[in-house]
Amino acid sequence: MAEGITTLTDTTFDEEVKGSDELVLVDFWADWCGPCKLIAPILEELATEYAGKLRVCKLDVDDNPGITGRFSVMSIPTLILFKDGDIATRMVGAKGKNQLRQELEAFL
Amino acid sequence: MPDVRDVIIIGSGPAGLTAAIYTARANLAPLVIEGEPSSTTDQPGGQLMLTTEVENYPGFVDGIQGPELMDAFRKQAARFGAEYLTAKVTRVDFSVRPFKLWIGEEELPTRSVVVATGAQSLMLGLPNELELVGHGVSTCATCDGFFFRGHPIAVVGGGDSAMEEALFLTKFADKVSIVHRRDSLRASKIMQERAFANPKIEFVWDSVVTGLKGKEKLEGLQLTNLKTGEESDFDATGLFVAIGHVPNTGLFKGQLEMDENGYLVTHDGSRTNVDGVFACGDVQDHIYRQAITAAGSGCMAAIDAERWLESQPHEHHIEPTTTDW
Repeated sequence: MAEGITTLTDTTFDEEVKGSDELVLVDFWADWCGPCKLIAPILEELATEYAGKLRVCKLDVDDNPGITGRFSVMSIPTLILFKDGDIATRMVGAKGKNQLRQELEAFL
Repeated sequence: MPDVRDVIIIGSGPAGLTAAIYTARANLAPLVIEGEPSSTTDQPGGQLMLTTEVENYPGFVDGIQGPELMDAFRKQAARFGAEYLTAKVTRVDFSVRPFKLWIGEEELPTRSVVVATGAQSLMLGLPNELELVGHGVSTCATCDGFFFRGHPIAVVGGGDSAMEEALFLTKFADKVSIVHRRDSLRASKIMQERAFANPKIEFVWDSVVTGLKGKEKLEGLQLTNLKTGEESDFDATGLFVAIGHVPNTGLFKGQLEMDENGYLVTHDGSRTNVDGVFACGDVQDHIYRQAITAAGSGCMAAIDAERWLESQPHEHHIEPTTTDW
């Protein structure tokens, strides 16, 4: 699927993110996090808007302590943008669509 | 010029959404400008979005989750025709009729306005506090408690929010220390009793946090005892702040009357100093600050706005006379 959001896990993360030549935005989230739910529809819209330029993925911190720990995520939502497998930028906390767009556009 | 609305509601907590339910049922087709996602209380749905169990909202025998309650409010208003914009108002002009609001460049004219922008949590204001948000300093216990399994945690504050956060955090942490500037709490009796009874909670009285240690992540706190002036290091790798609120009124400076703390001043129900602009909820209430009082005042603002609109001359009725009789 070109559009939409890919679900990552501890086992698939490296292959999907490190091996990608596209920009990858990973949303660290959990079911019990209110602000995470607020930004979920925004991320879906951004995935469609930036299709071909940016892949949007999500990782449930509850089920995937390995990757969550590797990137020292201690607050959610945390969004990490990966370029060539390395961290390009990191955004902590929920934000509005325009603000997210602005922060992402510097890398697109 | 875009269509002039009868009423625009700014804010979408219990006050704003109750005003939406009432004005929608009065066929005023309200537009609710609900704010933008954030990890602080300044977000669509307001302060209840960051709470867990709400036990004192009438009608819910077994309590209800804060976000679930706000979702129900929102859907109830939508059912009667309320519309929503997920954005923040960037500017207002209450000196012209119709009033004008802006979201960026977009102009939204309206005959009346209900201000329900609420209040947001204060931070400590320490130099490196913002850099440590997400790395030990948290603005959202319900979001981040999970990451502090086994960590020593400090909660700053002495009110109900501080007790609630501390109690919630005992699910994850082995020890939660409540740091409070006085030697007694202002929290309600029931919350105090729960906190005192919890073996994982300890109190550090008469103290304030004066420093945050750590660069990449929080490694400890510096506390100052206000009675002795003594400074000490305190072991905590998680910090949650619940020291009070500041009203979200920056947008209205110079246009709406405020008290010395920035809360909007209302009179005769929900009226502000500008005829046609009404205020409800925490933005004008620093005393009760409950979901139910906010909802009640939202209802008042809706009824006040509706009656005020009815009392205004309808411009479409005043047609210029072009013929001589």
